[in-house]
Amino acid sequence: MKTLSRIYMVLVFALLYAPIIVLVLFSFNERGSLNQFTTFSFYWYAELFRDATALGALKNSLYLAISSSVLATVIGTLAAFGINNLRSRYIKTVIRSVTNIPMMNPDIVTGVSMMLLFVFASTMPFLPLKFGFVTMLIAHTTFNIPYVILSVLPRFAQMDKHLTEAALDLGCTPAGSFFRIELPYVLPGVVSGLMLGFTLSLDDFVISHFVSSPDFQTLPLYVYTQTAHKVKFSMYALCALMVFAILILLLLVNFAGSFNLGKSKVKRKPKTGVKENG
Amino acid sequence: MEQTKIIDLKNISKSFDGEPVLKNINLYIRDKEFVTLLGPSGCGKTTTLRIIGGFEQPDEGDVFFLDERINDVPPYKRNVNTVFQRYALFPHLNVYENVAFGLRVAKVPNNVISKKVKETLALVNLKGFEKRAVSTLSGGQQQRVAIARALVNNPKVLLLDEPLAALDLKLRKDMQNELKALHERTGITFIYVTHDQEEALSMSDTIVVMADGRIQQIGTPTDIYNEPKNAFVADFIGESNILDGVMIDDFRAKFAGVEFKCLDSGFEKNEPVDVVVRPEDVDIVPADKGMLRGTVTGVTFKGVHWEIIVDIKGFKWMIQTTDYCAPDSVIGLYIEPDAIHVMKKSEYSGMFGDYSSYSEEFDELSVADPEEEEKNTEAEDE
Repeated sequence: MKTLSRIYMVLVFALLYAPIIVLVLFSFNERGSLNQFTTFSFYWYAELFRDATALGALKNSLYLAISSSVLATVIGTLAAFGINNLRSRYIKTVIRSVTNIPMMNPDIVTGVSMMLLFVFASTMPFLPLKFGFVTMLIAHTTFNIPYVILSVLPRFAQMDKHLTEAALDLGCTPAGSFFRIELPYVLPGVVSGLMLGFTLSLDDFVISHFVSSPDFQTLPLYVYTQTAHKVKFSMYALCALMVFAILILLLLVNFAGSFNLGKSKVKRKPKTGVKENG
Repeated sequence: MEQTKIIDLKNISKSFDGEPVLKNINLYIRDKEFVTLLGPSGCGKTTTLRIIGGFEQPDEGDVFFLDERINDVPPYKRNVNTVFQRYALFPHLNVYENVAFGLRVAKVPNNVISKKVKETLALVNLKGFEKRAVSTLSGGQQQRVAIARALVNNPKVLLLDEPLAALDLKLRKDMQNELKALHERTGITFIYVTHDQEEALSMSDTIVVMADGRIQQIGTPTDIYNEPKNAFVADFIGESNILDGVMIDDFRAKFAGVEFKCLDSGFEKNEPVDVVVRPEDVDIVPADKGMLRGTVTGVTFKGVHWEIIVDIKGFKWMIQTTDYCAPDSVIGLYIEPDAIHVMKKSEYSGMFGDYSSYSEEFDELSVADPEEEEKNTEAEDE
């Protein structure tokens, strides 16, 4: 039984990672072939960095991922703060469900609806909205916000509300207390939300496909246009690089997550006090 | 000596979700006093404290601070500091920064902060703990940090919300003494909330006994203990045998089928009353010499004394005595006139009877639960 479950596990991981491993492996293949691995080399990586369009797309992607995730983090954190402070449990649940819907929505629906919205908006007078960076930024920020809320809200919920009261008691205004007490407390959630948003934005294709313009291409879009003709092996290198980048970010997110856990454990410690009757 | 009223609550009422928590509270607190709000869980004592602290607004009534109405003054503008039940220390700051917090907010110069924090930490016996993370401290130490953090701002009034509830018995006793000493040294008005009557009796200048959102009695610890106003107070503070009785005339009370001399007067003739006899005020005498006679049904050793339960005509008395009485033996009781306290009938009459259901476990269960204040505040997240 034990061996069986082990075999099963290996099989699952093999299926999950085989394509990626093949891709990474062949990105180091000197001869541009998928049939046989000849010599290990960085040739295609060098080739990639000679490709100005690819580099431009990479730059766009990073630019977009950073700005949209930062924007989403600011908005999402404030939203989580507000949601947590809602008095009515009913309204709180409703709003939380509403913020969750965009995450479940198929990307294609989000993408098409965003496109329709932008098309409609660009027909409005005095609204100089053109497809390109701005529409991409709006779209990416929008789909990132729920993820930020998802990662920050539990931290707020976990926080002892007496901490805020203690800060007010000691002379802090509500705004001062937000920056001195609440924000440091939820920071691990904010950081993981930021990184989550960054990765989601970096590898989004479907939504970007609908709201981008030819003069603002991100990496996934560029890769897609490349594969439409003939797969350049430098694309393998590019994908491998993205895999590495995402991997590193995921590790960081997990690290932030465990930091998060460690903190809350420490927080609970004082409660081990003795039972409380007189 | 007439001292200034530092806090004055006038006709305060408050309800949560239509559930009245405070019903027309009137209470003033004099400067430099140590006042304890005492009552079982859900009696409204924490809410009263939170109204003084500014964390809750009363639905009706006014709060005065040195004759100035402060109903709408937010907590951060009140010259009042709070020690929270679970300390509420800031987990991301060390001991020094926790204590310095209020001063930093007030933009006090660094060298002054450093001096004040050191002084205050010394005051609560936490010298040398400055750099420690609060999570590495024991419950008692965290409590001291919480007290220092409040005291360092030199408030006019210090509010303490069951600050010792989470500490073990020994530590609690020590902290009671320290708090009392701190009160004397600092001259700050302390308003202390607890459900522990012993704590209240040993620390306070004035005790405010609360139940069901109302103040039952205000008085010094000895007043409250010796002259409880109604059956609730008598039962809640210390142990008491509360009997149904009749005031035949001034200084003559009849209960347990026997007429006793007492020191109470001012009741109508034959007025039904509640009679309190404290367990330690009853003398045990041979059965034939007693004013009352009964059978011992239970004996518990309490260290200093024995606690015996005596069945007299179906009513179980509790008596504390240093003389051992064997179970099932018949003994006589002798009650001095000054051991009898007569109270007017109240809504609590008959609710606190005899000790027939008395047991150790029952006693533990009936003690207030510490989550009381959670009920008083809004919906929390799961």
